[in-house]
Amino acid sequence: MVELTIDGIPTRVPEGTTVVEAARDLGIVIPTLCHHPGLSPYGACRVCLVEVAKGKRSSLEASCTLPAAEGQVIFTNSARVKATRKVIIELLLASCPSSKTLQDLAANFGVNRVRFQIKDKNCILCGLCVRYCKEQMQSGGIGFVGRGTGRQVATAFSVTPEECRNCGGCEWICPVCERACTADRLVNGLCGGCQNVFPVETCPVCVNCSQSVGAAGHKVYY
Amino acid sequence: MGALRRVDKNCACVESIIQSNGGGKDSLISILQDVQAEYHYLPEKALRRVAKNLGLPLVQVYGVATFFKAFSLKPRGKHLVHVCLGTACHVRRAPAVLAEVERHLGVAKGETTPNFEFTLETVNCLGTCALGPIVMVDEKYYGQMNVGKVKKMLAGYKKFSRPKRDEKIKVSA
Ligand code: SF4
Ligand code: SF4
Ligand code: FES
Ligand code: FES
Repeated sequence: MVELTIDGIPTRVPEGTTVVEAARDLGIVIPTLCHHPGLSPYGACRVCLVEVAKGKRSSLEASCTLPAAEGQVIFTNSARVKATRKVIIELLLASCPSSKTLQDLAANFGVNRVRFQIKDKNCILCGLCVRYCKEQMQSGGIGFVGRGTGRQVATAFSVTPEECRNCGGCEWICPVCERACTADRLVNGLCGGCQNVFPVETCPVCVNCSQSVGAAGHKVYY
Repeated sequence: MGALRRVDKNCACVESIIQSNGGGKDSLISILQDVQAEYHYLPEKALRRVAKNLGLPLVQVYGVATFFKAFSLKPRGKHLVHVCLGTACHVRRAPAVLAEVERHLGVAKGETTPNFEFTLETVNCLGTCALGPIVMVDEKYYGQMNVGKVKKMLAGYKKFSRPKRDEKIKVSA
């Protein structure tokens, strides 16, 4: 067992637990995209980043690949985390504005503009589909092809591979394919359809357990 | 199908290449290098065979083959001509050298001559800037190139023939 502190709450978790899991056990929600409990950690999207205090300094790390360690002090919602996370969401949106999952994230974290040039690739290279196919279906029909800006998820020689079991899992798990944003018109990469402009009502001791606690914060109901 | 005449139909030599590399999944890259040395490119059949023999999903082999610029999935010529267009070579008129090579081979950069003797490519520095402008043919460096030296350089390679003036060049992919 290792002991660590997350957002001021001390906790004990078995060795090998990742920080995101430890936080979820406490009811602290860290947004994730490329993380999936049934798949190996990958650390591609960086949405889950947290601040790790190290003496007088601190560093930003992806909590889904960060193993919990003795004496670790983690902040999941510090000003630095919030600001950086916004930039990351903007970057992801710039490469894939058509994902509802991303638009929801943007709404929840108060991203109301995208400062980067939009180049819609319909994929954020999160690798969920590739890992699902390989690890859950033992198939390996799809994979990453090419590199750099040309990197994409594809099949070999663009033909349906014989290994494919037609399970449809790759589409199901994709944050873009089945969860496409259906807003008629995207303004500068944002749909704005589900922007949370009002504070959400929560219980008195709010630990942000609800993803819907957005940028406008929350007010307490009694 | 000029390129295919060199490929034995089922890429049978793949087996021996895999054996000579130890037959392990971790030697995938060196296997692909050897296959490429044999055929000058990576034929689809060979990749399928490699994947099958190593017990890897085809897409994994394909992913590696498309990741590295040194690998080509398109048939390439026997000799690889690299014209350096890096900064140091550029200011010493490498573009003129490239134009001359293109004129002599009758193909543009990135293309292969119809007789599959030469493939012309450009690079962004060969690490020998002091000798620039530089052209590399296979493993051999030709330093301080100029337009006048191109013909002689290419003539050193067998089967080099300048395309006739109005012969239409068609490069099959
Ligand atoms: S549908 Fe085919 S490619 Fe997609 S996850 Fe299933 S086996 Fe893999
Ligand atoms: S296709 Fe979907 S699941 Fe696969 S890498 Fe792209 S965004 Fe992720
Ligand atoms: S969820 Fe941690 S990097 Fe994507
Ligand atoms: S720029 Fe040509 S060798 Fe460096």
